[in-house]
Amino acid sequence: MNRRQQIKLTEGIDWPIMGLYMGIVFVGLLSIFAAEYREGDNIWNDILHLNKNYSRQLMWLGVSAVLATIIWLTDSKFFTATANLLYAGGLLLLLLVLGIGKDVKGSSSWLVIGGFQFQPAELTKLCTNLALAKYLSSIETDFTKLRSRLIAVALTLVPCAIIILQSETGLALVYFSFFLVMYREGLPGVLLVIAFSGIVLVLSALLVDKNILFIIFSVITVLVIYFSRREIKRNRSRLALILGIWAFCSVFVMFVVPFAFTKVLKDYQVRRIEVMLGKENDPKATYNTRQSMIAIGSGGFIGKGYLKGTQTRYDFVPEQSTDFIFCTIGEDFGFLGSLIFIGLYVALLLRIIFVAERQRSTFSRVYAYGVASIVFFHMFINIAMTIGLAPVIGIPLPLVSYGGSSLMTFTMLIFIMLRLDADRQMVLR
Amino acid sequence: MSVYNQPRKRVIQFIILGMVLVIITRLFFLQVVEKKYSKLADANAVLRKVVYPSRGIIYDRKGRSILSNDAMYDLVVTPINVKNIDTAYMCEILRIDKEEFRKRITSAIIKNGSRRVSVFASLLPPEMFGRLQESMYMFQPGFELVQRQIRSYPFNAAANILGYIGEVSPQMLQKPAYSAYNQGDYLGMTGLERTYESVLMGQRGIQYLVKDNLNRPQGPYEKGEFDTAAIAGKNLRLALDVDLQVLGEHLMRNKIGSIVAIDPRTGGILTMVSAPTFDPNLLTGSYRARNFSRLFADTTKPLFNRAIQAGYPPGSSMKPLTALIALDEGVITPSFGFPCFGAYTYCGRPIACTHHNAGHAANLRLAIANSCNAYFVHLYRMEVDAAKWGGVKKGHQKWHDYISTFGLGHRLGVDIPGESPGKAIDTAGMNKLYRGQWNSCSELYVGMGQGQVVATPMQMANAMCIIANKGYYYLPHFVDKIDNDNTELLTKFREKHTVAHVSDSVYMPVIYGMEDVVERGTGQSAKIEGEIVCGKTGTAENNAIVNGKLAKLKNHSVFVAFAPRDNPKIAIAVIVENAGFGATYAAPIASLIMEKYLHDTISVKRKPQMKTLLEYNTLDPVVREKSKLDSLNGASAKMTSDEILKLYFRD
Repeated sequence: MNRRQQIKLTEGIDWPIMGLYMGIVFVGLLSIFAAEYREGDNIWNDILHLNKNYSRQLMWLGVSAVLATIIWLTDSKFFTATANLLYAGGLLLLLLVLGIGKDVKGSSSWLVIGGFQFQPAELTKLCTNLALAKYLSSIETDFTKLRSRLIAVALTLVPCAIIILQSETGLALVYFSFFLVMYREGLPGVLLVIAFSGIVLVLSALLVDKNILFIIFSVITVLVIYFSRREIKRNRSRLALILGIWAFCSVFVMFVVPFAFTKVLKDYQVRRIEVMLGKENDPKATYNTRQSMIAIGSGGFIGKGYLKGTQTRYDFVPEQSTDFIFCTIGEDFGFLGSLIFIGLYVALLLRIIFVAERQRSTFSRVYAYGVASIVFFHMFINIAMTIGLAPVIGIPLPLVSYGGSSLMTFTMLIFIMLRLDADRQMVLR
Repeated sequence: MSVYNQPRKRVIQFIILGMVLVIITRLFFLQVVEKKYSKLADANAVLRKVVYPSRGIIYDRKGRSILSNDAMYDLVVTPINVKNIDTAYMCEILRIDKEEFRKRITSAIIKNGSRRVSVFASLLPPEMFGRLQESMYMFQPGFELVQRQIRSYPFNAAANILGYIGEVSPQMLQKPAYSAYNQGDYLGMTGLERTYESVLMGQRGIQYLVKDNLNRPQGPYEKGEFDTAAIAGKNLRLALDVDLQVLGEHLMRNKIGSIVAIDPRTGGILTMVSAPTFDPNLLTGSYRARNFSRLFADTTKPLFNRAIQAGYPPGSSMKPLTALIALDEGVITPSFGFPCFGAYTYCGRPIACTHHNAGHAANLRLAIANSCNAYFVHLYRMEVDAAKWGGVKKGHQKWHDYISTFGLGHRLGVDIPGESPGKAIDTAGMNKLYRGQWNSCSELYVGMGQGQVVATPMQMANAMCIIANKGYYYLPHFVDKIDNDNTELLTKFREKHTVAHVSDSVYMPVIYGMEDVVERGTGQSAKIEGEIVCGKTGTAENNAIVNGKLAKLKNHSVFVAFAPRDNPKIAIAVIVENAGFGATYAAPIASLIMEKYLHDTISVKRKPQMKTLLEYNTLDPVVREKSKLDSLNGASAKMTSDEILKLYFRD
């Protein structure tokens, strides 16, 4: 009887994902421990009294395990049935925080419940993912229609907008990762190209003087018109298109970007972006990135060894346990360790995509792609930020950074997917 | 639906792999190709030195620095380099014996090793520094003088407002709020130094120095490429006028009490004196610890900021507020009169009034000018018994709500710590006090500012702002502007608080009544040539338990005022403890402060009056005998009244 139940309990679980999940969480615990532990600390005492980040993270891991078990024992239909409800609840929670949230480091995105701080913006990623999956899988939705696409975009951007109001721009940017899901579900590929060009446009607008850019655009436009003059003669609308692109780029560079920089973004964010682009040399803004790069760079090929890193162990890097946790891995385990660590993530992501593609239900596939996109976005931006490739926006490294909200959210994200995958023979809507 | 949309899956896989490749390439360059990071991180070869920024300077309203930084010197030692020096001569300069000299060298070696620099004597007094500097060549290279910044107060004034800095304590370091500090760091402990610590402290910098095998710094690493510069603290600009502050501290010498003057148009505090005060420079430099314990133990409690921490019965200065509530509730009009013949007799035991003649309270203006007790206790009863509230309990709560919006009975949130809330009893408090059995007679004294209502001098001055502005105020505050401000610290001081909704014309009887007080009533000593002053004298009764018995002590002298009557520029409250009637001391002190502020000088005709005030001494003889303040008070306490007068009158 007991044996039969056990078999039943783990039946259908995707072991590769389970294994990768546990591996990454384990590395996370090791890293938080390395960032905090000092020779002579009484480890058991610290764990019992929950007075260190690693002991608290251990507790959050316990809570996450309970959550994961509950999710595993839940019927898959529960998630499709409550997706919209959860989404509405998540939005309400976000609005609530906007009203009564606690200020932590300049952003009002924290709720305080019984001494613990909790960030609803983390949880709404999950809600949004469920809602998007629900919407894209419903029979009425025809994702080739503009209307459906706009609704899907709105679903993802509403929580994003509220989170921006909470001054958590970093967490808000995560919602843009859902475009990858929508691309998979049929959003035209040209949008990806446009998005890429947009990034290039923004970067050039920041790096090059806007008047010079305007001249460059005009010269290119004139050249394009000159070389395609035969085609234009045949088809007049081509000329309008070229001139339209030229006008858009010019307005964007001359007015939109300067406006965004002076009115929309916060001062410190502008400074961080400028520092990353090498435009400004502000000691305050560069401090974190510089210390982080020193820590990672000093790891060398094979690293200094676990608990041997001088930079991460002596508080050179700020936010050591949360946003800059990758420094510990980079310094202690070097290039080789980092490669293996990133390899774990890549394996997890590719496995999730594999799992996604084997789903029969659109709901499960969209959901799984959502998980992959969110994890990938976090992982890429977070690591890029520690090595000076991205501006310092505070988003955690999934399953590794210290923090209960983040760990629980990613655990729930992944375990709901595992549950859905186990029931892939069912058709869920 | 394109369920088997393989190409799109491939594209997504390629995007992921491509971007990961970018990270890996970058990591490869960072960790494998580039060598300078590992060198830089090598803590054995690189010395990380914290560079302390200079703390922000505090300026008064006219841009004079009232709290700035001064250089002091530490004598430091490198034990291994101490050879062939005249130990006896050095001991003589430092006033230590050879035993102490050896002890210090030994402890330096134990602490930092014999090759590294340790502090031998910190914050040298000027005369020691002078002698040492002359003969330094004899002690080098083992000893050096190292500069260090300390706080200095050029005007020796405003000690309790500006506050002082102190070393961060081990208990503080345990708390997450102080995680940015290290042992040995200084931070603001009281006053503005504490409230604005986050902007005054600046940002510490880090300097990387190359060390040789003997741990001696050899210069900047990589030409300072990795150094982060220290960013100086931001400067504060106050509403405070240091001239007024010094004048106030002079006038209050040998007295206990306080002065608070506020610009009613902005809520900016122009001066805040708590007497007795002390020279703030005592708490910097070499004798800091000794001076602190002396100040702490002094019988006159100079560290106690009476202007925001002491509570007094507001006395008659409460009467305009009582009138304002009655007008706002609509229970009286300015023409309301009360037949008082020298006492209020409607509540059992009669409450005496200073006037007997009929008609001294025939209307509101007269009642205020004559300070009729009966009139105002009656107003209180009318307010709480008004039929529209339906019962005294609701009526009294309504009264309490008014008093609260006037800023009484709770902290106003001024930008220095330690403010006391004062007291204004609410219905729950009354129920507790009288076990639920009470009526409008029970505490009717509150109408005349006695009994269950207690205010700090700042709250009284703020109440004057409300009358002066005809119905609104800004939270009293010191800091007008922070240079390069990007904080939210000052936002709450820009908000206008409207407290009553009566028309301006209704204020006029109250204001005219207060004008009458100064023009022909009890407050004539507050007159200023060429200005119309509106004021109110008060005498706060003062009981204390002396030797186990409740004794009636000499009354506190209270005066509140604002000026000029039209477009008021200053509102003020003055309290002189145990000085008797308000007109005698508090009123002329308030008047001199207002005149100095409005005219920038004091008319020479007032010299005799000022001399009397300077020489007047209200300190209890026993307290004065025990107090060591004379020796602590520095500049102004040692000056004679004639020397002080010379500062203000040229002849």
